[in-house]
Amino acid sequence: MTARPAGRDVALMATCLCDAFFDDVARASVQVLEHLGCRVAVPADQTCCGQPAYNAGEWDAARRVARHAMRVFEGEGPVVTPSGSCARMLSHGAAAMFEREPDRGAAERLAARVWELSDYIVNGLGVTAWGGRFEGSLAFHRSCHSRGTACAEAALTLLSSIPGLRIVEIGETEQCCGFGGLFSTTFPRLSREIGALKLAELRSASADAVVSADMGCLMHLDGLARRERRPVRTLHVVQVLRDALRLEGSGAAS
Amino acid sequence: MKGPPLERYAAAQGAERRDSVRLGSKAGHDARSVAFARDLSDPDGLRVLAGRIKQHVLEHLDTYLDQAERRMTATGAEVHFAADAQAARRVIATILERRGARRVVKAKTMVSEEIELAAHLEERGIECVETDLGEFVVQLDRDRPSHIVKPIIHKNRREVAATFEGHGLGAYDDTPEVITRRARAFLRRKYLDADAAVTGANFVSAESGRIVLVTNEGNSRFCLAATRCHVAVVGIEKIVPTDRDLAVFLNLLARSATGQRLTAYTELIAGPRGPGQPDGPDEVHVVLLDNGRADVLSGDCREILRCIRCGACLNVCPVYRQASGHAYRSVYPGPVGAVLTPLLAGRRLTGWSDLPGASTLCGACHEVCPVDIPIEELLPRLRARAARERAPASAAGIGAWSLLASTPAAWRAALAAGALFEALPASFRSRASGPWGEHHDPPAWRGGAFRRWLDERSRGGA
Repeated sequence: MTARPAGRDVALMATCLCDAFFDDVARASVQVLEHLGCRVAVPADQTCCGQPAYNAGEWDAARRVARHAMRVFEGEGPVVTPSGSCARMLSHGAAAMFEREPDRGAAERLAARVWELSDYIVNGLGVTAWGGRFEGSLAFHRSCHSRGTACAEAALTLLSSIPGLRIVEIGETEQCCGFGGLFSTTFPRLSREIGALKLAELRSASADAVVSADMGCLMHLDGLARRERRPVRTLHVVQVLRDALRLEGSGAAS
Repeated sequence: MKGPPLERYAAAQGAERRDSVRLGSKAGHDARSVAFARDLSDPDGLRVLAGRIKQHVLEHLDTYLDQAERRMTATGAEVHFAADAQAARRVIATILERRGARRVVKAKTMVSEEIELAAHLEERGIECVETDLGEFVVQLDRDRPSHIVKPIIHKNRREVAATFEGHGLGAYDDTPEVITRRARAFLRRKYLDADAAVTGANFVSAESGRIVLVTNEGNSRFCLAATRCHVAVVGIEKIVPTDRDLAVFLNLLARSATGQRLTAYTELIAGPRGPGQPDGPDEVHVVLLDNGRADVLSGDCREILRCIRCGACLNVCPVYRQASGHAYRSVYPGPVGAVLTPLLAGRRLTGWSDLPGASTLCGACHEVCPVDIPIEELLPRLRARAARERAPASAAGIGAWSLLASTPAAWRAALAAGALFEALPASFRSRASGPWGEHHDPPAWRGGAFRRWLDERSRGGA
């Protein structure tokens, strides 16, 4: 991990979910990285990491998309993404899919440059205290694709250093929200029931909002909660970081 | 109801059953978490070490099997190799019939479930009584185990009391102590009447030829003390290199399974009883079962054979907790079963292809696995195999998506047109009519907004 590049020229992989639904999260990612002194490039040809096809077992299709990402993000510097899930796809997922492919080397080179955003801020740039101010309490949802990585700890390091912000504990924190991408459409009922348990834990934590490093989880929980007409407020970690410092665009998240 | 079999099974079970499974699993996971935090200074280090030891055995299985056979034979045990379930059943029936055994007591063993041994012996007129309390209840109910370690996790004590009443084991009483006492009294007679004992083995030491059995009820010890013939059915992956390695595995197994430091009974058995020993079998047979394992070993999911059957992955799994073990329709449920069942079934996944999909790939199973099996990375490999077996037509939808996602101009056009996810197969779409929209209010469409912001900024800032 320490071998990964942490230069000031970074490429942002915004993710397909932010491209389609959560533009404010992508915006906040640019703003926060620029605030930290990074020159942020956002390649216009970027699309997706290929995870939907990988999860479906359609690895030819997934490799095609991953190869596109390998071309788009060609270079030397870090590739930063506001999603532990997409970062994991381009590391663990690609490692499996490209095991016997001639361009395995290219896949490994990209994997070595990919960072989840909070991980990059803390372990790439060495920033461990945030500052600013954020009034309120947040329930931190550990998105599953950051298991075994430094991502969740990094996000908590940053969030817990923000004056005014209280991180509340939630029960069964190791339990998944039930999204699972493809799983939520092939096993919709199980996905909903697992999500309902997570929502119950989040609600009993009585926080002002749920914060996570992955929009997939938050989209799922938000969609379930609104369908029940009992909405919960959701925030991405980077929106909280941006709002704490009152950077341009702050407040758009609420 | 439509949907894959596992989703349908899950939906069909009652709320009471779902609660039993979820609360039982959660209790198991909580006990594990407490035990790991309390007792182990570097639990992950120990898990990784155990995984490496088992992986090492798998990579050199031919050598270790050979050694184990020689050492077991040296202890006086007779070793048999069975290529499949049928061969194993034949070997065991022959052993029992040669001794004229009519009554068999059996300790809990998953591998005997795998080869459907009890039913087969009953067919041949040999009584085969389950002596593990949970398995005993399953047998009375003609049910199936729904958990590797807790076979009746899906039942509450009221159901067990009703079963006992129905089988003439006393008037209805759902006091746990009464139920246990009645089972003890009934099973005690069965032990004393039995001609032979069938057990599994949790481990076999290649170094000493000892087989290791762990139980909490002492039933395997009763089985062995009361009979003269012991047959152990053992998967070929159960070997560990040395007796010392047991320190690693026994420390992990009980803590992972039940949160105990050690199971109440741990038996290390080196062949038949010696000249000075008053009790125990004078004949010990070890049936080493392949039944598809060698094929698994040659494939890209071989790590699954490290499994020591602790059940920790079931306990933590959000899907298992909701669906219960029966939804997996096989001896091995939960995350480990979702990998192992299709693999052991043969060359094609047909009939089991929903199992690798029945996971959010959350990786909680990997996090608790005492032998560090990356289950969330094995499941996508099986999904890929299932996709290769499917008719190519079903891949058409995802093909269109991947084309779009590798053609930037088309991607941007789709973003602008609000049609990005139209390219996904119908089952993926987040439209109100699709499966996702059944339970969710989809998020507001903001396609292209981030890119417009970037463009405006670069125009304004340039």
